[in-house]
Amino acid sequence: MSAAATRNPAALELAQRHRFRWWETLPWLAGIAAFFAFPNYLAFGSQLLIMILFALSLDLVLGYAGIVTLGHAAFFGAGAYTVGMLAQHAGWTEPLSGLVAAAIVAGAIGLASGLVVLRTHGLTLLMLTLCTMALLEEAANMASHYTGGFDGMPGLKFAPLLGWFAFDPLYFRSQYVYTLLVLFACFVLVRVLVYSPFGQSLTGIRENLLRMHAVGAPVRARLVIAYGVSAALAGVAGGLFTQTNAFVNLSALGLERAAGVLIVLILGGYGRLYGAFVGALVYLLLEHTLAKAYPTAWQIGVGLMLIVVALYARNGIIGIGDALLRRKGGAR
Amino acid sequence: MEQLLGILLGGFAAGMVLFIVSVGLSVTMGLMGFVNLAHGGFAMLGGYAIVLSMKHWGLPFFPALALGFVAVAALSVVLERLLYARLYRASELDQVLFTIGLVFVMIASVTLAIGPETQTLALPQWLRGQTDLGIIKYRTYSLAMIVAGCVLVVVLWLGFERTRYGARIRAAVDNRRMAQSLGVDVGRLFTAAFAIGSGLAAVGGGLGAEILGLDPQYPLRYLVYFLIVVAVGGLGRVNGVFVAALLIGVLDFVFKIHFPKGGTLFIYALTLVLLLWRPHGLFGKRAG
Amino acid sequence: MNAALLETRGLCKNFGALEVARDIHFRLERGARHALIGPNGAGKTTFINLLTGLLAPSGGRVLLEGEDVTSLAQAKRVKRGIARTFQINQLFRGLSVLENVCIAVTERLGAGSSMLRPAGRRADVLAEASRLVDAMRLGDDAGRRVGELPYGRQRLVEIAIALGLNPRVLLLDEPAAGVPSAESHIILDAIAALPRDIAVLIIEHDMDLVFRFAQRITVLVSGAIFAEGSPAEIAANREVRAVYLGSALDA
Repeated sequence: MSAAATRNPAALELAQRHRFRWWETLPWLAGIAAFFAFPNYLAFGSQLLIMILFALSLDLVLGYAGIVTLGHAAFFGAGAYTVGMLAQHAGWTEPLSGLVAAAIVAGAIGLASGLVVLRTHGLTLLMLTLCTMALLEEAANMASHYTGGFDGMPGLKFAPLLGWFAFDPLYFRSQYVYTLLVLFACFVLVRVLVYSPFGQSLTGIRENLLRMHAVGAPVRARLVIAYGVSAALAGVAGGLFTQTNAFVNLSALGLERAAGVLIVLILGGYGRLYGAFVGALVYLLLEHTLAKAYPTAWQIGVGLMLIVVALYARNGIIGIGDALLRRKGGAR
Repeated sequence: MEQLLGILLGGFAAGMVLFIVSVGLSVTMGLMGFVNLAHGGFAMLGGYAIVLSMKHWGLPFFPALALGFVAVAALSVVLERLLYARLYRASELDQVLFTIGLVFVMIASVTLAIGPETQTLALPQWLRGQTDLGIIKYRTYSLAMIVAGCVLVVVLWLGFERTRYGARIRAAVDNRRMAQSLGVDVGRLFTAAFAIGSGLAAVGGGLGAEILGLDPQYPLRYLVYFLIVVAVGGLGRVNGVFVAALLIGVLDFVFKIHFPKGGTLFIYALTLVLLLWRPHGLFGKRAG
Repeated sequence: MNAALLETRGLCKNFGALEVARDIHFRLERGARHALIGPNGAGKTTFINLLTGLLAPSGGRVLLEGEDVTSLAQAKRVKRGIARTFQINQLFRGLSVLENVCIAVTERLGAGSSMLRPAGRRADVLAEASRLVDAMRLGDDAGRRVGELPYGRQRLVEIAIALGLNPRVLLLDEPAAGVPSAESHIILDAIAALPRDIAVLIIEHDMDLVFRFAQRITVLVSGAIFAEGSPAEIAANREVRAVYLGSALDA
C-alpha cells in the first residue's frame, strides 16, 4: 500500500467526504432559533419537521436507490395508524415507545412488500407500489372498528414523554422540541447510511443496475433492506404525525399524501441529504400561505412547477444552487 | 339468472368505458415506454367538451362526440410535440413528474373555468330508457356502451392486424430499435397513435359520464384503475386491455353490490398477484 | 488431465427457433491468452453472456474449476472469480473514476453491506482502487466524472473495474471497440500488462490486436465453434479465411 497512492487528491477527497462540514449545523441552529423566534408558529414547525423526516425517508429509496414509488404514504400511514390504534385501543400512550412500535410495524410492511414488489421494475414496479398503498388504504377503511374508518380517530391522548414532559396538543413547545430531537436522531441515521459502503452501493444500483450485478453485488437484498429502513423511517414520521395532531385518518395514506412528499423531495432536490429540508420548507411555506387562499390556483402552480422541474431543473433547488456555484467557480 | 345477467351487463358496460379510455394509454406506453399519468386528463377534458357542447351549443350527440375526439386529439398533438417529445429519453421519474404536473394543471383549469360540480351527459332520446332483450330488460345506454366497446375492439383489431400502419405499430411495440432500423418513422407513428388514443379517451370520458361520472377529479380518482387495466392487460396489447378492462369492470361492479366494503381491496390484491405472476401483463411479452 | 479453469460442455442457447449457441465445447486454461473471433452475429457476446450468467442456457453446462456454475446468477459467478467488460461501457457515469473502481473493490472485499462505518474510512479500498487507477494510467483523471472522459479512457475504467474484482477469469468484450485509433494503443498496452496468472478471453475484430495478444484462437460462426487452434494454425486455415478473414491476411 504505497503512500503515493493514498496521496492522490481524489482519494483524499473520498476519504474526507463523510466529515461534518460547518454549514451542516445551520439547519439545526435554524430549527432551534425558530423555537425562540416564532413561538406562535411551532405547530406549523412540527409539521414541517415531520415532512422533512418523511421526505428524507423517501430520498433514501428514490434519491439514492433509484426506486420510483408513488406509494410511500403506505408506510407513513402504517406508522400513523400504529400509534393511533395503540393509543386508542391498547392504552399505550407513551410517545417514544409508540414511535418505536410505528417504526417496527412500518418497517416490517416495508420489508414484506419490498421482497415482493422489488422483483419488478419500471411501470410494473410503480403500479405495485400504488397497489400496495391502495390496498392498505382500503384495509384501513374497512377495519373501521379499529381505525375509525373514514372519520379516523380524533381526540387521542398521549402520556408525558418518558413520564416527564407533558405531551399535549396544546403544548406546542414541548411537541416541537420532541419532534426536532426525533428528526435529528433519524437524520443522523440516514446520514451514516448514505456515507457507508451500503449507501454507496445504492447509488451504484441507481446509476447502473447491470454494472452492479456485474461487480457481484447482491442487488435485490440491498434494495429490500433500503426499502425496509426507509419504510421504518416513514413510519416514524407517521407516528409523529398522529402524536402531534392527536388525530389520524385516511389522509395519512393515499395518493395525495404520497404525491405531496414526492413533490417536496423533487422541489428540494433528491439524492442530496438536505434536499428534503429545502423542499419541505419552501413547499410548506408556500402551501401555508397560498393554498388556503387560492386552492385552485395553487394546484395550477404546483402542476406548472412540476412540469418545469421535469423539463429543466430535475435536481431541484439544490441542483440550481449547484449550477450557480459552478458558474461562479468557473468565472473566476 | 336474470340477476346474474344484469350484473354481467352492468360490469361489461363499466369495463367497456375503462377499455375505451385506457386502450390509447396502453398503445402509447407500449410504443414509447412513456409513463403518461395524465391520460385520464384527456378523458376528462374530452368529456367536458362533449357534455358542454351539447348543453350550451345544442350540438347533437354524434357531432358532439366527434368534436370531443378532434379537439382533444388536436390538443394532444400540440402537447406531444411541444412537451412530451422532450422527455422520451428522460428517466421514468421525470416522466412521472411531468405528467402529474400536467394533470394537476388540467384539473385545476377545469375547476377554475367551469367549477367542481359533476357534469351529466344529456342522453339522446334513443339511448334513454330500457331495451327488452328477451331474457332481461336492461338500460339502453349501458347496452349501447357494450356495443360501442365491441365495435371498437374489432375495428382496432382489424386496424392492427390488417393494415400496414397497424403492422408498423405492432413492430415498434415489440422492438422499437429494430423497427427504426427497418425504416419505420417511430416518432410520427407515436404522434398519430398518441392523438388517436387521446381522442378515444375523450370519447370514453364523455360517453362514460353516466357510468364513471365526470368532474374535475376524474383523472386522479381513476388513475389507479387505468394503470391497472393497462398493466394487467399488457402494454400495447389491445386484446389484453380489453380483457383486463372487462375483468376489472365486472369485479368492481359485483363488489359494489355485494361487498361494498371489501371490493376495491380485492381488486388491488388481485392486481398485485397478477402482476407478480406475469410482470408484463396477462398478454404481454414473456419475461426472458 | 487437470480441469480447465473455465469450461463449457455442450452449451446451447436458443430464442424460439433462433439458435444463438450450438453445442459449444470450450476450454479456457489458467493464464490463457485466448481470443474469440468470428463474423458479426456469430454469437460471441451471447457466449460471454452465457459464461457470466447474464443469460441462462437452454442446455449444456458451464464449469469453473470443475465446479458446475450453470445455475448460478451473475453476481454469484463474479464472487467465484469471473469478471467481464461490456462491449458498450457499463459505468457509473455520474461518479468519478476512482469511485467507480472503489465500488468494485468494495464489493469484492465483501464490504458493500457495511452500513455503519463511512466508506471513506476504508483505507484498504481507497488504496487498492488508487493503485488500479494508476495502473491504467488514469491517475490524473481519478477525480473526474466518468461521463466527462473521452471514450477511450472510459474504456480503461471499464477494465479497471473488472480488475478491481481480482478475477481468475477475465472476459473482455471488444475492449477496443469504439475507441478512436489514436487512443487504441492505450487499450493494447493495458491488455498486454494484464497479470500473467489471470486467464483472459478477448473478443476482438481488430486482427492486429488478436494476433499480437493471443496464444490460442477460437473461431465462432453462427453460434458454433468453427475452428480452434494456435494463431499460426488459424491464420493458415483456408476455411477460416474464406468465412471471416477474407483476403486481408494474404501475405
